Amino acid sequence: MTEPGNQPDDPGEQATVTSRNLFDKFEPLMQERNRLLDSGIRDPFAIVMDEVKSPTEAIIDGRNTILLGTYNYMGMTFDPDVIAAGKDALDRFGSGTTGSRVLNGTYCGHMEVEQALKEFYAMDHAMVFSTGYQANLGIISTLAGKGDYVILDADSHASIYDGCFLGNAETVRFRHNNVENLAKRLERLPREAGKLVVLEGVYSMLGDIAPLDEMIPLAKQHGAMVLVDEAHSMGFFGENGRGVAEAQGVIDQVDFIIGTFSKSVGTVGGFCVSNHAKTEFLRLVCRPYTFTASLPPSVVATAATSIRKLMHAGDKRAHLWENSKRLHKGLRDLGFRLATDEAESAILAVLLDDQEQAVRMWQALLEHGLYVNMARPPATPSGVYLLRCSLCAEHSSEQVDEILAMFEAAGRATGAIG
Amino acid sequence: MNETRANAFEEVKSQIEPFNQKGVPITEETSFQDDLEWDSLTVMDFVAAVEDEFDIVITMNQQAEIETVGQLVDAVQELRA
Repeated sequence: MTEPGNQPDDPGEQATVTSRNLFDKFEPLMQERNRLLDSGIRDPFAIVMDEVKSPTEAIIDGRNTILLGTYNYMGMTFDPDVIAAGKDALDRFGSGTTGSRVLNGTYCGHMEVEQALKEFYAMDHAMVFSTGYQANLGIISTLAGKGDYVILDADSHASIYDGCFLGNAETVRFRHNNVENLAKRLERLPREAGKLVVLEGVYSMLGDIAPLDEMIPLAKQHGAMVLVDEAHSMGFFGENGRGVAEAQGVIDQVDFIIGTFSKSVGTVGGFCVSNHAKTEFLRLVCRPYTFTASLPPSVVATAATSIRKLMHAGDKRAHLWENSKRLHKGLRDLGFRLATDEAESAILAVLLDDQEQAVRMWQALLEHGLYVNMARPPATPSGVYLLRCSLCAEHSSEQVDEILAMFEAAGRATGAIG
Repeated sequence: MNETRANAFEEVKSQIEPFNQKGVPITEETSFQDDLEWDSLTVMDFVAAVEDEFDIVITMNQQAEIETVGQLVDAVQELRA
């Protein structure tokens, strides 16, 4: 018992048995973070957008800021048709479904967005999740259980790893984008075991693309099912914007495509499309699908409208690629090191020497009015510190010029370029 | 320790050397995390090297159970069998 009026600050002090504090494991990271913040740096992971003016501009710290780190590739967030569809659904169906997809949470809008996905990908089945993270988590964990094997790229997204852990599958990693390394591991696995090879079209940290045209046929030869996460390619890879697998001519061999509404589509949500009829059954056994509330009606309405517009977005697509190529060349010419020799996607990763340089560069850019993502290990591969830039089809050519000017000024001020 | 086991230890030890930048003496009890202080990226490279050397697959689930060099030698022997 504590004396009245003598309450300890830390509730843990009331415990009578001394056990290890559960926060202790974060102590080294907390200390590293405090050292960084004590040096007077703006916290790169605590940005607040006070106002968002368009897909490419916001007000941060009272300053007009160009957004170059949003994944809003196709700039659909302020599309007038998308907004109108959302407002209409909000009026007609209310603010939320308050229920699971398998109980009271499936409205006609959910069916409509699944129909839009089936048409977009020309596939027979579509299953919409509340987030992209849950789509990977749910599909991977439900398909690959104990005794099955998931073979994944070492640089896979956290949601893919977490799907493996949740399903308790045997998890085998191969070196990033290394076909030979994948082949060796497939050869060594038990023939009769169930196998799921998980690949991504675009890897989001370096913006590089996978050799799906080699990896997918290889996986099929070994009797594996193939899941491809096309989160960072939807809308602007392949003739119909279906992703890297379409661009490389192997989409017909993919068993499951995982995607998200939170990038090119411009809202939030995740999905799986497939030609396997049994995919429909997964709705009943996939826990991250079943045991959560479905997306609000306004969200599925905006998503469906956006997806249908992305089917006919050839001009936007071309401009996005042009932006990416111009920025890549411009940054190179300024003397920055980039993760890829060419612009392979709409993500460009600027490599920096160490954490201090990365943070100083990031802050200098922000002070000039440019927002990019700062990324550090373990999210990045091989211990690299980088500034990740993601382009938008709505960035004007003038904005790309401004971005280059800001990179030049910040690079010289911080010594990142000579 | 029988001869096969001793050989396996030596083989694993020679795989560790290129990654053992601090020159930590390698025994059965050497811990990858506490003694060699490898980060997750080094662990990944090392595992890939061991897998290729012995033509085996060490799943992430198995890796989670392996803390010491001795445990890795046991796992390699079992997987090669």
